[in-house]
Amino acid sequence: MSETASPLIAVDRLAVSFGDPARPLAAVRQVSFTLAPGGTLGIVGESGSGKSMTARALIGLLPESARVSGTVAFDGRDLLANRERDWEAVRGRQIGMVFQEPMTALNPAHRIGDQIAEGLIHHHLLDRRAARAEALRLIERVGIARGRERIDAYPHELSGGQRQRVMIAMALACKPSLLIADEPTSALDVTIQAQIVELLSELRAEYGLALIVISHDLGVIADLTERTLILYGGRVMEEGGTSALFRAPAHPYTRGLLAARPGRHKAKGEHLDAIPGNVPAIADFPPGCPFFGRCTDGTERCRLQVPPPVAVGDSLARCWFPQGQASGGQA
Amino acid sequence: MAGFLARRFLGFVATLLATAIIVFVALEILPGDPAAVMLGVTATPETIAALRTDLGLDQPAVLRFFLWLKGLATADLGESYAYRVPVAGLIGERLAVTLPLTLMAMGLSTAIGIPIGTYAASKAGKLADRLAMGLAELVLSIPNFWFGILFVLLFAVTLNWLPAGGFPGWEVGFGPAFAALLLPAVALALPQAAIIARLTRSSVLEALAEDWVLTARSKGLSRRATLYRHVLRNALVPVVTILGLQFSYLIAGTILIENVFSLPGLGRLIFQAIGQHDIIVVKDLVVLFAGLVVAVNFAVDLLYGIIDPRLKRERRR
Repeated sequence: MSETASPLIAVDRLAVSFGDPARPLAAVRQVSFTLAPGGTLGIVGESGSGKSMTARALIGLLPESARVSGTVAFDGRDLLANRERDWEAVRGRQIGMVFQEPMTALNPAHRIGDQIAEGLIHHHLLDRRAARAEALRLIERVGIARGRERIDAYPHELSGGQRQRVMIAMALACKPSLLIADEPTSALDVTIQAQIVELLSELRAEYGLALIVISHDLGVIADLTERTLILYGGRVMEEGGTSALFRAPAHPYTRGLLAARPGRHKAKGEHLDAIPGNVPAIADFPPGCPFFGRCTDGTERCRLQVPPPVAVGDSLARCWFPQGQASGGQA
Repeated sequence: MAGFLARRFLGFVATLLATAIIVFVALEILPGDPAAVMLGVTATPETIAALRTDLGLDQPAVLRFFLWLKGLATADLGESYAYRVPVAGLIGERLAVTLPLTLMAMGLSTAIGIPIGTYAASKAGKLADRLAMGLAELVLSIPNFWFGILFVLLFAVTLNWLPAGGFPGWEVGFGPAFAALLLPAVALALPQAAIIARLTRSSVLEALAEDWVLTARSKGLSRRATLYRHVLRNALVPVVTILGLQFSYLIAGTILIENVFSLPGLGRLIFQAIGQHDIIVVKDLVVLFAGLVVAVNFAVDLLYGIIDPRLKRERRR
């Protein structure tokens, strides 16, 4: 990889599982990646692919029943060795997080100004009065008009787009070095989506943020990230530079995702190719490649053995038959 | 807000009117002549008739109803058949016992129930949670007058810390009067505290599953800070609703508890008035209780707006 010598965050063989330790249900399996300061990474996957669990593992907010292994080195320190108190110093201060659902991610009983200022006060960066002034500045910076009135508004008095702007202001309040955006636009109208993407892009440059965007929306990933990880069944299927990956996908799953995308490159009258079947329940994944069963190229080997990463062009695909090498044809 | 208050006031009046009609009709239908009861078995029909005229009981029911209503509207509650003193005076001196008693019980049940429920929720599924909820179950299944009797045995008879019953009056000083009300208030409060604890627990658990809890934690707030600053306030809306309803249970509870502790309160007054067929006192008290319950629930409605700003907006419409 072309990262600099000291990455901001280096995730190595991250795994998250639930249930009986003897027969664990693996939500995330052997996910590794690195991200340089100021770098951008997209994590793409369907629901159930493990992308949100990956994000929550990075800020230590997995459900209590989760077991996690591997390492998440942030600024050279393994976050997974953190005790709860250490996590509290990292969350919000060094790693900010924007959640998917702006309608429910804000506390309905607190004024938005207070919710934005809360992190600043909590991390002892500013006193109450200064934190409020900073909250106002942030509200205006993220593009909410009449900030002086809005600072005392409750979440239910704002639109979905405005609430997501508040979420972003909140996540950035303490000037973290990494922002994780979990489906930041999925709950919004299309026109608002574009504005939020634009805002994230601006703020990333302004704050020198490293950004991890988690989405099933390939457009958002393409607009915001340089590198992309394709996740399926908790495993990385393919990774590489975003534009190269989207131009020349090597993994059958990536090809399927791109073909299923209602894009502008489709010829008129051509129908969308949905990936056959559904994402199976965690317990029902085969021992080998998780995509086996939905893949048109699957063989017995795919079912039983986890494919190693294979370099195809600039990307790494975990597939026994990446693009060009697959025999194709058999169902 | 003015419209809201006007609507609530009309509702208040309507509730009182309905209560008045129901209690009046019910007492008309019930057998038993106050005059006959007061004069005893040796009374002659003539003396009973004379007393009925004296009490105004010989007038038609509809006329008596409107006279009573007119009295209520002008704060003239009539005269007790049994004691021949104004009912307002009787109620006034006993309200000084029952109102502090119920308010103390309400305060205690809240002060015990909310922290226990919150704590149990924060330890959901663990031993502390099970113990707390098991205890709540136990307390709930024991009637409050039984607690009263047990308390008297332990704190008054055995330990001799607190009086076993009776009420010295507020004029002897706050301390002795408060001490006299403490045991009955705790006995009244315990089952209600159990209800509040269970409700708070489930309400807190529900709020803990909300997305904004994760948001608060993602800012670096500890589990504890999230619980107290974010979760509790949102979890209190159903609890406050129960507080309002609870008040009527407490009023009803005073009838038993005041008898157990020999407190000269409204509960004991209505109990005796029923026994003596002092129906004017019964009628007045039922309307008063209804008024108190409606007033407390109105206060609860005002509290909603403070706890959850979304409800405030709905109310303004």
